[in-house]
Amino acid sequence: MDAFIHQVLSGLATGGIYASLALALVMIYQVTRLVNFAQGEMAMFSTYIAWSLINAGMGYWPAFLLTVLFAFAVGVVIERVVIRPVENAPVLAIVVVFIALLVILNSATGWIYSYTIKTFPSPFPKEPLFGNKYMSSHELGAIGVTLVVLVLLYVFFRFTPLGLAMRAVAQNPESSRLVGIRVGWMLALGWGLAAAVGAVAGMMIAPIVYLDPNMMGGILLYAFAAALLGGIDSPGGAVIGGFAVGVLENVLGAYVIGNDLKLSVALGLIIGVLLVRPSGLFGKVNVSRV
Amino acid sequence: MTRRATIGVVVLVAIACVLPFVVSNYRTFQLTLVLVYAIALLGLNILTGYNGQISLGHGAFYAIGAYSAAVLMDRFGAPYWATLPAAGAVCLVAGFLFGLPALRLEGLYLALATFALGVSMPQLLKYHHLEKWTGGVQGIVIAKPEPPAFLGEAGLRMNSDQWLYFFALAVAALMFVLGWNLLRGRVGRALIAIRDQHIAAEAMGINSALYKSLAFGVSAMYTGIAGALGAIAVQYVAPDSFTIFLSLVFLVGIVVGGLASISGALYGALFIQFVPNVADEISKAAPWAIFGLFLIGFVYLMPAGVAGAVRTLLVRFTRKGAK
Amino acid sequence: MKSKLVPIAALFAAALASPAIPAQKKYDPGASDTEIRIGNTNPYSGPASAYGTIGKTITAYFKMVDDQGGINGRKINFISYDDAYSPPKTVEMVRKLVEQDNVLFVFQTLGTPSNTAIHKYMNMKKVPQLHVATGASKWNDPKNFPWTMGWQPNYQTEARIYAKNILQTKPDVKIGVLYQNDDYGKDYLKGLKDGLGDKAAKAIVAEVSYEVSDPTVDSQIVQLQASGANVFFNVGTPKFAAQAIRKAYDIGWKPVQYLNNVSSSIGAVLTPAGLEKSVGIITTAYLKDYSDAQWANDPAVKRWESFMKKYYPAGDLNDISNMYGYTVARTLEQVLKQCGDNLTRENVMKQAASMKGQYIDTLLPGITITTSDNDYAPIESVQMQRFNGKRWERFGEVMGN
Repeated sequence: MDAFIHQVLSGLATGGIYASLALALVMIYQVTRLVNFAQGEMAMFSTYIAWSLINAGMGYWPAFLLTVLFAFAVGVVIERVVIRPVENAPVLAIVVVFIALLVILNSATGWIYSYTIKTFPSPFPKEPLFGNKYMSSHELGAIGVTLVVLVLLYVFFRFTPLGLAMRAVAQNPESSRLVGIRVGWMLALGWGLAAAVGAVAGMMIAPIVYLDPNMMGGILLYAFAAALLGGIDSPGGAVIGGFAVGVLENVLGAYVIGNDLKLSVALGLIIGVLLVRPSGLFGKVNVSRV
Repeated sequence: MTRRATIGVVVLVAIACVLPFVVSNYRTFQLTLVLVYAIALLGLNILTGYNGQISLGHGAFYAIGAYSAAVLMDRFGAPYWATLPAAGAVCLVAGFLFGLPALRLEGLYLALATFALGVSMPQLLKYHHLEKWTGGVQGIVIAKPEPPAFLGEAGLRMNSDQWLYFFALAVAALMFVLGWNLLRGRVGRALIAIRDQHIAAEAMGINSALYKSLAFGVSAMYTGIAGALGAIAVQYVAPDSFTIFLSLVFLVGIVVGGLASISGALYGALFIQFVPNVADEISKAAPWAIFGLFLIGFVYLMPAGVAGAVRTLLVRFTRKGAK
Repeated sequence: MKSKLVPIAALFAAALASPAIPAQKKYDPGASDTEIRIGNTNPYSGPASAYGTIGKTITAYFKMVDDQGGINGRKINFISYDDAYSPPKTVEMVRKLVEQDNVLFVFQTLGTPSNTAIHKYMNMKKVPQLHVATGASKWNDPKNFPWTMGWQPNYQTEARIYAKNILQTKPDVKIGVLYQNDDYGKDYLKGLKDGLGDKAAKAIVAEVSYEVSDPTVDSQIVQLQASGANVFFNVGTPKFAAQAIRKAYDIGWKPVQYLNNVSSSIGAVLTPAGLEKSVGIITTAYLKDYSDAQWANDPAVKRWESFMKKYYPAGDLNDISNMYGYTVARTLEQVLKQCGDNLTRENVMKQAASMKGQYIDTLLPGITITTSDNDYAPIESVQMQRFNGKRWERFGEVMGN
């Protein structure tokens, strides 16, 4: 029983990882109606920037803040420089640009920083909270940070004019332009915000999985599954989706089918759920009018 | 077919037949791979380009085809040419079955489902209960086909690379002619109608569900035959040959080559075969970064793919000629 | 065609003569008075690109050799292509090397699947596939594959050494194994089982695998703890091995830990895992680890360091792959020196197979390279060592097959 609890809690910890990146995916989707496959690599790259800053002697929090700002700027620049010119190309062409970004960032980071794993500091205490042996303080702290980001996103999209404008752009760019929303800038801002959320995710994930250029490879897939499971237009759903995937995967691996097939079976189950609920557990059901 | 197009195809086939006697064996082998990829890309294009169903996991069908061929040759002693129809049949069924539930999934959800298929495939191939057929993590080494004896008797001297090339060329020609017939006719129009206006298509009496799952099956069949041919050419299959990157590269191939274009499959195959080598020549430090830049460059310059750009150029050229 | 002019008797004499005696110059494709062309594939892109650093180190090493005048007056032209760790690409690139670039032989092609893909081809073409960068045991098969040779100690032998040590030190043993679900992980698992013999079924209480796409191995470690294992055999690549060591410590699981050699670097594995969490870990090694303080003033390691700084400054000094690349390149340098002016493929293979206790100073003391016509496994011995919180302490004899 103890082992079972342990598996579930450890699943929550990895679920937190998926949830944090899933939030970035939801963020970009909210604004562009696209899932950016390079989101994970952008987060990874930002985390390397933070690592460089900290190694250069900067304190954790200043480096954290600076990295988030840097990531935001990079997101805006990528949208303006790389994505804007192919805006009107077929969706698949844009997907190919995402793949291109993914391989460029991965390869360039490996070239600059080498592929050996690096430790990334945690802002949370070394000793586990309340002396529990199930989850480290960092894992709990990372979940806390993810929840804070979630609340911020929720408030942003619900209550701020900017957030509302962004959602409007995503839903109907033409009408948004007519009511005076600067669609182009909204898209760029959306990219910036998603990159910033991703950077936070990267800095929370790196202490757990270690920093290396390939750290996001597997996580991106899980985050993608989590976001869709929860409902890609629902930040809260994405976080719950993340936890669900983490726990599901652990329990399947440890007790049901073994580790070598857990990924396949977990994905199969998620797709099963999506067959029944095509908009995810918490997503809005889309009704298309003819 | 217009006269110009006919001439084009004839010239292309003529060049294709002469090439292996001009270039080295190694180049012939590379060209064989181009043909293999072209068949695979045509398959993916049927699904994604013509029918609008995105697949991020076609490498899985390529793997199933490759393993079907390898297992048949290695465990059951089947001749290499007989493995192609078998691999095609297996993948037709696999694709059709996968396409049935996928009917309920669209856009991103289908992307996830196919992505999951692509990611899971290497793990299924390694699965220990299948090991006695798949060879597990070690994969299967298969023998290289020799040119048939009757060619030698007829006075045609060929080495095994050249023979394999012509074998692949024949298969590719057959698959392209079949594809051309399929896509230019009623079926092709139905697929495109479903992609562009699925509700209108259904209102016109097109059985959308049937066409969509058939598109999945036929697409998988093409890619599976390519996989079998690829396995014979490389003489080896292993789970590491069919990672998710293979699927992504296929997607890259059809987009760069040209979506919903038959000739696009050939351009795409040339791209995915040769551009990584060029990237490697440019930089050992970060070849992927160079590859990525090439990708972005192609999408910028030719958003409708190479086939689209060629079409535009031809139109411009003809207009000028007319003046 | 010089060789046609040479009488048959002289041919025999040349083949039998030791390389020190100046013989008639003999060349196969890829060799000439001025140059030796060597081919290689490495994953510079793709999921295994972490290993690409080996190819870069070797390239840098031969750059240095050339700067110092080459080998027996010949420059080394080391041609290395990216195969992205994809076997079909390896086949293509190796064919390019052999058929178009006309290399004398290929060297250090990396990865078990990649080398399996070209195994038959190289032997059919009779082109040496020398010192392949994989620890599978199948490369030592001179009867069936006389043109293929490994280099590093193989995984199965290493695992058998651990098994022997476990049986000697722990009678009531319960072993939990964490392994990567591929050829590398399974080779270790097989070696362990072979080494335990008929005790294996009882002794191994849990075998759990992970995939390289798994973000962490935390769940696997919890499973192993729950199995009640008192010995932990850690067959992970650096990132996963480090995660496993850290997690085991954090959840209060205190087994005797055996760590596979691939992840025995202090700088790249134990430091990230936490040095205090790594105390007591047992592993085997055959290379000097730069990040181990005991080699800080070792002249051989110093030479390596200055080579790295001058010729491969981008390389990470803590990455033991760079020490590996350097040492294997020096092994090849020795082989080529022995070849003298007889640079035929046959002689390259013959010289590679006649190393008698050759010591290369970046190997651990006591570890030497020995090969013969029926022994194609250059390094067969390893040294057991235990981590004391600061550095590796060697113990016991140098062990081999």
